[in-house]
Amino acid sequence: MMLWLMIICIGIITYGMRLSFIMFFGNREMPSRLLHILRFVPMAVLSAIILPQLVLPGSAIDLSLQNPRWIAGSFAAIVAWRTRNVLLTIAVGMVALWILQMFLR
Amino acid sequence: MMTKRAEFLTGIKDTLPILLGVLPFGLIYGASAQETHVPSPVAQAMSSIVFAGSAQFVTVQLIAANVPIGMIILTAAIINLRHTLYSASLAPYLKRLGPFWQMLLAYLLTDEVYAVVITHYQQRGAEARKHWYFLGAGLALWSIWQMSTAVGILLGAHIPASWSLDFALPLTFIALVVPAIKRRADALVAGTAGIIAVLAAHFPLNSGLIVATCLGIIVGILIEAKSKKRHVPDGEQEGRTFYPQSPVRRLMKHARKEREQ
Repeated sequence: MMLWLMIICIGIITYGMRLSFIMFFGNREMPSRLLHILRFVPMAVLSAIILPQLVLPGSAIDLSLQNPRWIAGSFAAIVAWRTRNVLLTIAVGMVALWILQMFLR
Repeated sequence: MMTKRAEFLTGIKDTLPILLGVLPFGLIYGASAQETHVPSPVAQAMSSIVFAGSAQFVTVQLIAANVPIGMIILTAAIINLRHTLYSASLAPYLKRLGPFWQMLLAYLLTDEVYAVVITHYQQRGAEARKHWYFLGAGLALWSIWQMSTAVGILLGAHIPASWSLDFALPLTFIALVVPAIKRRADALVAGTAGIIAVLAAHFPLNSGLIVATCLGIIVGILIEAKSKKRHVPDGEQEGRTFYPQSPVRRLMKHARKEREQ
């Protein structure tokens, strides 16, 4: 029961955040400076999610050859940069990770 | 202008490649919920009530670790704080819609859908039927998320850890963020946010993510302010194709020097 209350609570908070500006501030004109700043949102958030997953396999930063994730991630980034192809990026990244893991075993 | 149906279908089509990355992540979430003995109905309900992959993931881990419920709610709220930024960023494009549409689209607003939809809006502006595109993208992601988490819960431990399916999520984000980096400022924002996130990974309540995001955006503001002051005349505030050290600029400088000699 407590678990149910908890997830409903998290759901309401999350929904509130998603709705906040769209519903309650959207009808007012936003200052163009703010709009300019908001353009950085996707890059900042996504990079902040990505990088720790590549270089922090455990609790410490690992940029050695023992950590295949940052290497596979770099390959994927190069593919994404050259091709802009989402499918190819994910495929190359996953396959690179599997191959590197095979060598490390 | 495209018809409603065409917008809706384009939204689905543009989201399809991303689903390849979301699907394994849903499987992993379901499997981890199963391993940590979170009741299956709760784990599955979270996919529709919370509908935010990383927060769900962390919540399940914290339930397993017997963390007090208040702390779990606070942690999840901090992880999800970024949705406020998404909301602000999309608000100008959705302001002409009625409350029904705004409430519906807000429910479907996740990392992946945001990345797809904002690209679409920025490229082609807020035409009258763009919300159908948003709906298509959102529903495609929503359905795959519900299905993949259900399959993950069913399969549970049958998904071997050596497949490293969790890696599909950062890969999806790489595929979304790298092509979006067009200017030097973008790269510096992304770099700052990424590095701070690594350094702040052990901040309490997983607050590293939001700290890193805010610092990244602040770096962007500073760069923008600096470059405006130095170079951009009043009429060219957009600054979209503005590079302080572009090859053309360098050539012009060089030519000027030669003339002076």
